[in-house]
Amino acid sequence: MVDRLDGLVPEMMLLALAVVVAVLGLSKASSIRRMVPLLTAGGLFVAAWLAWGGKDLPPESAGFLAPSLAASLRSMIAGVGGVLALVASGTVDRRLEHDVESGRMPFEPLRASRGEFYAFMLLSITGAMLVASASDLIWLFLALELTSLPTYVMVVMGRAGRRGAEASVKYFFLGAMATAMFLYGFALVYGGTGSMQLADIAEIVASRRNLEGLDMVTTAGFLLALLGVGYKLAAAPLHLYAMDVYEGASASVTAFLGFVPKAAGTIAFMVLLQTAGGESLPAMVVTLIWMLAVLTMSLGNMAALQQTNAKRLFGGSSIAHSGYLLIGLLAGPGEGWAATTFYLLVYGLMNTGVFAVLAALERRGSEVEQVSDLGALRHRHPALGWSLVACSGSLMGFPPLLGFVAKVWLFLAAVQSGHIALVVIAAINSAAGAWYYLRMMGMPLLGAEPSEPVEAAPSPWPARAAMAIGVLLLVVPFFADDLMVQTREAAAAAVMVLGS
Amino acid sequence: MSPLLLILIPLLSAVSVAFAPRGVAFRVATISTLVTLAVSLIIASDFGHWYDDGFGLVTELSWLPSIGASFDMHADAPAMWLVLLSTVLMPVCVIGSKTAIKERVREYYAWLLVLEAAMLGVFLAKNLLFFYVAFEFTLVPMYFLIAGWGGSNRASASIKFFLYTFTGSMLTLAGLAYVAWRFADASGGWSFDIPALTAFASVDLSATEQFWVMMAMLAGFAVKVPLFPVHTWLPLAHTEAPTAGSVVLAGVLLKLGTYGLFRFVLPMTPVGVVEAVPAIGALATIGVVYGALICWVQEDVKKLVAYSSVSHLGFCVLGLFALNPSGLQGSILYMINHGLSTGALFLLIGMVYERYHTRDMNRLGGLVANMPIWSAFMVFFVLSSLAVPGLNGFVSEFLCLIGAFSATPDNAQWPGLLGPWYAVFAGTGMILAAMYLLYLTGRLVWGPYRAPPADKNSGLPTDLSSREIGLLLPLALMCVWLGVQPSGLMRTLEPSVERTLAAYPELVPTQVESMAVLEEVNGG
Repeated sequence: MVDRLDGLVPEMMLLALAVVVAVLGLSKASSIRRMVPLLTAGGLFVAAWLAWGGKDLPPESAGFLAPSLAASLRSMIAGVGGVLALVASGTVDRRLEHDVESGRMPFEPLRASRGEFYAFMLLSITGAMLVASASDLIWLFLALELTSLPTYVMVVMGRAGRRGAEASVKYFFLGAMATAMFLYGFALVYGGTGSMQLADIAEIVASRRNLEGLDMVTTAGFLLALLGVGYKLAAAPLHLYAMDVYEGASASVTAFLGFVPKAAGTIAFMVLLQTAGGESLPAMVVTLIWMLAVLTMSLGNMAALQQTNAKRLFGGSSIAHSGYLLIGLLAGPGEGWAATTFYLLVYGLMNTGVFAVLAALERRGSEVEQVSDLGALRHRHPALGWSLVACSGSLMGFPPLLGFVAKVWLFLAAVQSGHIALVVIAAINSAAGAWYYLRMMGMPLLGAEPSEPVEAAPSPWPARAAMAIGVLLLVVPFFADDLMVQTREAAAAAVMVLGS
Repeated sequence: MSPLLLILIPLLSAVSVAFAPRGVAFRVATISTLVTLAVSLIIASDFGHWYDDGFGLVTELSWLPSIGASFDMHADAPAMWLVLLSTVLMPVCVIGSKTAIKERVREYYAWLLVLEAAMLGVFLAKNLLFFYVAFEFTLVPMYFLIAGWGGSNRASASIKFFLYTFTGSMLTLAGLAYVAWRFADASGGWSFDIPALTAFASVDLSATEQFWVMMAMLAGFAVKVPLFPVHTWLPLAHTEAPTAGSVVLAGVLLKLGTYGLFRFVLPMTPVGVVEAVPAIGALATIGVVYGALICWVQEDVKKLVAYSSVSHLGFCVLGLFALNPSGLQGSILYMINHGLSTGALFLLIGMVYERYHTRDMNRLGGLVANMPIWSAFMVFFVLSSLAVPGLNGFVSEFLCLIGAFSATPDNAQWPGLLGPWYAVFAGTGMILAAMYLLYLTGRLVWGPYRAPPADKNSGLPTDLSSREIGLLLPLALMCVWLGVQPSGLMRTLEPSVERTLAAYPELVPTQVESMAVLEEVNGG
């Protein structure tokens, strides 16, 4: 057991930090309260660095996924999580802080929820990181739940009033249904193989497939589990909630929902696929993911095409990107998962970038969310306008932005694994997506100024995060090779573990 | 001198124009394009492969070795000519915009310079991903030029332009990724090196694979050319673009499509090409006639010239798929000639538009009365565009037609799959061109004078200013030179063209045989 704890130092640190943050958020001194988001982000960046060091862990300290792959995934989640914490600064308790500052009322800890918000954020990120270390079905289930449960609360906290509550309830009930689904799938897998340990299950599955073929119970278990986990990815057919929830939550929480649960879902997919056969998956599993990928990207893009609400539009876009991620997952461990990991990181940055732009703007204290509100953004907020252009262009996969590099790699990996039809469908989808991304690129540059101007939100951090991401998307493509080589090496280890 | 300069100079000046004081933007852009022109001339004079089929200017610059991407460059003689065409047209575009563009000047010139860098990247790329990046990146500046400074219908024009081309090239990317994967499978590592992939694909891909890869590439390049029936974005984009935008669009951007056909489709997938030649030839011929017929009924002068591009580029494609040296040489020559004469026509129309703010033929006429110099240039470039012997258009159009005419299966040296019928039908396009262009000149230049009151604020004289004459005169001289002395240019194209066609003399007869067998089977 001690060996396993060695591999979980960053997660334990984040759990401790969650407690600290929850307490500090109630401090009477406003300077300490204001530090909470920065402290959270700092902690996450440190955790990312620590997790990266986990690459060289001995296998007995790691979960079922190869230590190097798990380390890069965990490190990525914590890193992007740090940016998400910065984007969320200023989201919670905005009115309360305003009242306190103007002296209208004293600070009342009972009314403050900032500390809790960041504590929940840390818990959810920790959950996503733990998915990568899962070694048995119970661990996998608990880690996925730890990722999801805090997010239901964050949706309400991030936006006071009816819309936040509505979004949260929707998200919760559908999430509970998806949980039931994959839990049932886990139970069937256990029933079919008689083990909870992923390594044992993988062995049993492999030997059975060599002899008499995989039994129906286990196969059904895998299919149900994958479908249920697909909810975290917002993969079709469980994608319908995404746009409603994204619209209802505040922009910074939407950014969070667009990345952390999705990352957890992607990693859970890797764990389950590795268990089900890794490079040579059962035909039914391949068919299922193939169909999920096609449906997810097509439905996501179609849903985004006609949106006038920027959050719904990028909600649709994030569904479509889940479809692309599924292509990478299907391409198999090794090149496919290396490309998926890289794509997930890049997607996390671009998606966070667009919502950071939205979080950095307001009009009379409430959020800006119509596409038309972003018209001529670069005149009043040049940096934000250009960041939005860079992020949208990168989401479109426009060369030479980072999203293009990630997409090319993903396509290459998919072609390499023989999924040529899937790549052609993805290419057509990318072209369809260009329609609305182009609108989001044109709006801040050429659109008409909205009738009532938008202003900068009080916290400078979302804007700073958006600008930093915009610059990264433009610059990193020219220096991404090291990162890609390391990702590839990390994922190559996954294949080796499997072979042994 | 490193060819890298050709991309870096415009790119860096674009950045400096964007942040320079408003007043100097025009001057910086002018100097930058002129310096680029000078550099390209120096590079061209040092170029060592004018008279052989080799690639010069080989420069290596690493980018993402893990997926085989790099910024490697090279150029052969046809690529060098297209580089020169671009660097010649760019100063014309910049200087021609001096009085037309009054809003957001810095941004405008910055986009033009970015566009130049991207275009030159396309012609110089040695790595397929670099080519693709540059090819796609031409869309962004063009999109902003149309959407930001275009005519009244610019929003839909720019979006249509962008989406059409982007959709096509996404499929191209998928096809190229397939080739790269097959290459990686065989050689053990990702590479997008164009010579390596071309050599590999033409030999090691099966007939079916070549056919589908060719279709994927056609999806991107045919839209860009534009080949009938995917040409519908072009008239709109041309009509709505600002003058300089139309000049670059007609002059260079359309050539990116034909250049792609020449550089990739022909040498990479010969087995696929011989299967598709009759169909592509038919589409090109339809484009020639159909484009010309549409020109005939236009009232908007700019739209007329835009549709004439559809017609003209049909000749260009027909020449490429004649699969013999005269067709290919004619086609490459056509790329240059069309760039010069159609570019000049767009400039001339822009000059009238700046003065009278209309392009409607019903409201303009008899301009020779008060714009004699303009009229002289107009008549000259119309003649060049309709391929009058002695001017540049004639040689290339004639060669394309000869190429198509002689591309019969029984041609001893260069058997082809087109033949006299294609040439005859396309030839009617020449007659139609004479009709619509002379009709245009007749109404615009001669006849009773009619024009709306001239714009007093344009700051332009009634007839052309010396700046405007200075733009048109070099283009006119080049047209004359290429009309009278095309042999020098043609000789430089010959080796590269023969290298591109090397596989075809053997492939075409096999294709003809298999078609004959097929017919027998169907008949029996």
